[in-house]
Amino acid sequence: MTTTLPQAATKEALLDVHHIKKYFPIKGGIFRRTIGHLKAVDDVSFSVYKGETLGIVGESGSGKSTLGRVILKLMDPTEGEIYFNGNEISKLKQREVRPYRRDMQMVFQDPFGSLNSKMSVAELIEEPLVVQTSLSKQERKHKAIEIMEKVGLRADDRMKYPHEFSGGQRQRISIARALIIHPQFVICDEPVSALDVSIQAQVLNLMKDLQDDLSLTYLFIAHDLSVVKHISDRIAVMYLGRIVEIAPKKALYDNALHPYTQGLLASIPVIETEETGTKREKVRITGDLPSPVSPPSGCPFRTRCPMAHERCSVDRPELTMVGDDEHYVACHLYT
Amino acid sequence: MSKKRKRAQSPFQLAFRRFLKNKLAILGIIVLVIITLGAIFAPLLTNHDPTYGDLLKIEKAPSEEHILGTDGSGRDNFARLLYGARISLVVGFSAMLFTLLIGVVLGALAGYYGGHIDNLIMRLADLILAIPFLVLALTIIALLESVTVTLFVTIIALTTWPSLTRIVRGTFLSLREQEFVLGARAIGASDFRIIFKHFIPNAIGPIIVNATLMMASMIIIESGLSFIGMGIPQPTPTWGNMISEAQNIRILQYHPEAWIPPGLGILLTVLAINFIGDGLRDAFDPKSNRR
Repeated sequence: MTTTLPQAATKEALLDVHHIKKYFPIKGGIFRRTIGHLKAVDDVSFSVYKGETLGIVGESGSGKSTLGRVILKLMDPTEGEIYFNGNEISKLKQREVRPYRRDMQMVFQDPFGSLNSKMSVAELIEEPLVVQTSLSKQERKHKAIEIMEKVGLRADDRMKYPHEFSGGQRQRISIARALIIHPQFVICDEPVSALDVSIQAQVLNLMKDLQDDLSLTYLFIAHDLSVVKHISDRIAVMYLGRIVEIAPKKALYDNALHPYTQGLLASIPVIETEETGTKREKVRITGDLPSPVSPPSGCPFRTRCPMAHERCSVDRPELTMVGDDEHYVACHLYT
Repeated sequence: MSKKRKRAQSPFQLAFRRFLKNKLAILGIIVLVIITLGAIFAPLLTNHDPTYGDLLKIEKAPSEEHILGTDGSGRDNFARLLYGARISLVVGFSAMLFTLLIGVVLGALAGYYGGHIDNLIMRLADLILAIPFLVLALTIIALLESVTVTLFVTIIALTTWPSLTRIVRGTFLSLREQEFVLGARAIGASDFRIIFKHFIPNAIGPIIVNATLMMASMIIIESGLSFIGMGIPQPTPTWGNMISEAQNIRILQYHPEAWIPPGLGILLTVLAINFIGDGLRDAFDPKSNRR
């Protein structure tokens, strides 16, 4: 059987992820034997093209953060290959990955936990330079001030400590820290979900500007579709460790195919005017995410799917292209 | 254009300022400094040799020549008190440093790497913790021919490191789950850098506090062992063996000047160190400051 991969030959891929799996062993019993696996990421494949933003959306527990960490090699995948700029990096040892870290950076979710509170802003922002380059103190300072201004921090704040900043400013520090070594690729792990709605927009706009400025490629992880809508070119929807739908932004918002995506879209609060109305038939998702330790047979979404039929509990739907526009969906309704 | 700017304060400076506001801790520092100065300048404060016994002047009452009288071997009690402070402080301090070294290194290895290394270190710690300290220390001392200060410090350190190791390991384990550690790894920081730049500065509070409190208990251990005659042997003066000298009803009744000062010395030193330790704990962890 051949699986079609959501990859196109026309655009140049910066990151290629092939059949990534990440299982966490569950130990139990007196001898701490492995009695099961938590399938956080279960056979995920996709590409990220140069200069684009791929949004990844899913509920808590869908494996999206784990996926980000596996790609950055903060965790080793259980199976599968990761190609960055054409180089296989999934099998490399931590020491061998270090040179690649110049080109791949990460912005974390928690603006309070992701900065070492014992380091000053200057130390935090310059740390990637200290680790990755042999620049002099003066050059580092110069670069730090340059990037601080770029992300909207005052150079005066260099000697301050994280506890003196608000969440939004801390997230700017995180962004400065990630961008100071000019990476090509940045994984943003829910960078705005801990922030106020008013601040969210500021930080999102900043990230978008920086992307144009520094020609960055983003993998943008979020838990709701409204945030990624702003920033993404393509969006992948994850459910229980798998990608259930991946499509260009417009196709996904206008013509969501997977019942889960439809449900997610329906859950975005909209102000109803005469123009917008409620065009879409509302799909309500009820119930909780099943346990990733023992996922449902067949289609993982079938337990909550209003359209589930017999075949869904037997066959696992593969991601297949529907239509032309690089719109892939894993659902039996379309095969 | 020059702008007056208030310098930002690091978390350490903030902790230091909180510490200075703690009156008991400052009192503790003052007392400890006085005792330390007394110990350092002992030769200037007394002309007597603490180990020389004049057998013609045994158990003399206080006089102008011997402020606190003499002991059962005719040695000057005041000189012994001052020089005894040296031993107590040196033993307490160096045993604490030695324990700190073992405890932090092993605790860091166990907490950072986990797995087999963690298992090995922690089972060894459990083994030592399972044997009562006094029994273990007495057994080792009984097997040795003579006990010197260095040997004594080593014995204390080798038997007390598990408790500190557990604290450091616990702190490291909780730090390992923090996002900033992941962040450091994401920029490509080495294990060495992560341990020294990210873990140690965040674990330093509990380490310093416990080390300080540990020093107090080490002074007690030294005094206790010397008291039962298993510590630093005579004629080297220590507070413990000075009190040990008073283990007879005659001295206890008629010569309180011989045993009250060393007893007070132990009490004040330990109390002072404990106040400093409490002050440090409140300074490093403002949340524990409930009064």
